[in-house]
Amino acid sequence: MTIDWSWISGHTDDLTTLTVSHLQAALSAVLLGLLISLPLAVVAHRVRPLRGFLLGLSNVLFTIPSIAVFVLLLPVSGLTRTTTVIGLTIYTLVVLLRNTVEGLDSVPTRTKEAAKAMGTRPLRTLLTVEFPLALPVIMAGVRIATVMSISLVSVATYIGDGGLGQLFTDGFQRNFPTPVIVGVVLTLLLAVVADALLVAVQYVLTPWTRRRA
Amino acid sequence: MIQFDAVHKLFPNGTTAVHDLSLALPEGGVTVLVGSSGCGKTTTLRMINRMVEPTSGTIRVGGKDVQEQDAAELRRSIGYVIQQSGLFPHRTVLDNIATVPLLLGWGRRKARARAAELLETVGLAPEAGRRYPHQLSGGQQQRVGVARALAADPPVLLMDEPFGAVDPVVRTQLQDELLRLQKELSKTIVFVTHDIDEAVRLGDRIAIFRTGGHLIQCAEPAELLARPADDFVADFLGAERGLKLLSLRTLADVPQGAVPEGGTWTLVLDEARKPLHWASKDAELPVRPLQDTDSLLSALNESVASPTGLIARVDAAGVLTGVSSRDDIHEHANRAHTEVVAA
Repeated sequence: MTIDWSWISGHTDDLTTLTVSHLQAALSAVLLGLLISLPLAVVAHRVRPLRGFLLGLSNVLFTIPSIAVFVLLLPVSGLTRTTTVIGLTIYTLVVLLRNTVEGLDSVPTRTKEAAKAMGTRPLRTLLTVEFPLALPVIMAGVRIATVMSISLVSVATYIGDGGLGQLFTDGFQRNFPTPVIVGVVLTLLLAVVADALLVAVQYVLTPWTRRRA
Repeated sequence: MIQFDAVHKLFPNGTTAVHDLSLALPEGGVTVLVGSSGCGKTTTLRMINRMVEPTSGTIRVGGKDVQEQDAAELRRSIGYVIQQSGLFPHRTVLDNIATVPLLLGWGRRKARARAAELLETVGLAPEAGRRYPHQLSGGQQQRVGVARALAADPPVLLMDEPFGAVDPVVRTQLQDELLRLQKELSKTIVFVTHDIDEAVRLGDRIAIFRTGGHLIQCAEPAELLARPADDFVADFLGAERGLKLLSLRTLADVPQGAVPEGGTWTLVLDEARKPLHWASKDAELPVRPLQDTDSLLSALNESVASPTGLIARVDAAGVLTGVSSRDDIHEHANRAHTEVVAA
């Protein structure tokens, strides 16, 4: 397999557009997933009977094959970016929900009691004590969800989206390996860079976990 | 200041935590609640700031029924020092201390300034303010816990076994600090412990609870030691009840004289006239100099251990002021007996 470097230099604009579109799809899914998971995790954390149900549901959704999800969504949202994002979001839920619930569970009872005893109301305790302390575990989930979404975007090529995934179909159809290799490398690069950025974000957001005494 | 009226607490599992408690805690004093675990002392404490709600009865703080106040606002007006400090691991020491002022809407700058002031009050260096709790020792964390409770200058301080998790030496230091602070601040303190020695040391009054949430006796330490209400209280006070009585008296009134000369043993001083040790022709024995604030019990102990039967008395700077004999100490011990026990 040889790489046709001139193809790459001739398609830099297309490659940039596809990379940006790929990243947008993946990040939208993670953000939407967080928006759904955070409140649901609070419910699952506080209301024990609902916990098993919610975590179970996210597991079941995860087992649906990705192509099937897109096919099932077609009558609802058609061949659009919306379909891609909804499909990807469903897969982020399993890690985001589970990790957020576990993060909230990991906050020591003594610390929550202290917040209450100082006169902190429940919502403020949640936002200023529970979420910050759950952050390392939540961020671990966000990292997995992000990398997973970046790799999954390509599947949406079947519905005409798919970001860098379009390079794969293009390459296969023309029996021309260069776009496939470029697509794989760029996807990998996106995943690695996104993960590194998330590690940096976590480092900045959790100063108390550094310099362990 | 704090008034319990027929307070009863029944837990959902059917155990009675507090049984028909009526008790008034005076303003500006330290009341220690003691008893073995499961006696309801912590539940009693936690009902004051509504961390636990009573099943029946009323609790008033400063004349106001706590049940009629907003729970969060009530808690901000009452300092609370929790077991093993309960500090927020994700906030710096300064921000931990500033918790209640921030909740009260003081603004960040004023709250931090107040926190920095308290850091000094509890004997911590300003640099400690920028650290996170896990970077401090257990004793330092406990000091931060006390500072946090004092931040909004509440009239009432609740302390739930605050010194339970630190080693005995640090524990004694923290107790001393608390007594020093209390002399300055005169808070109404409710202190829970299972350690009777801590109770005798810190309490202006001691309330003894028995399993099942029964208050058996509430009295000043001397009264309690001299006249335990029943065998349970006497047992709880322990075998050294009499000696504990001596621990309540200080050395201040015991007369002191000049160091006698010409004996076998001489008291060796350094150039600043601080006692170093007892010396004879061929031996050296340690001396533990005592101040006026030390207890009659430690004086008795030291006089028995001293080769001359004399104790070395020093001022706050450690400079020798004189010596007292075992007889002087005995005489005062007798006085403690006639005044309190035989009275």
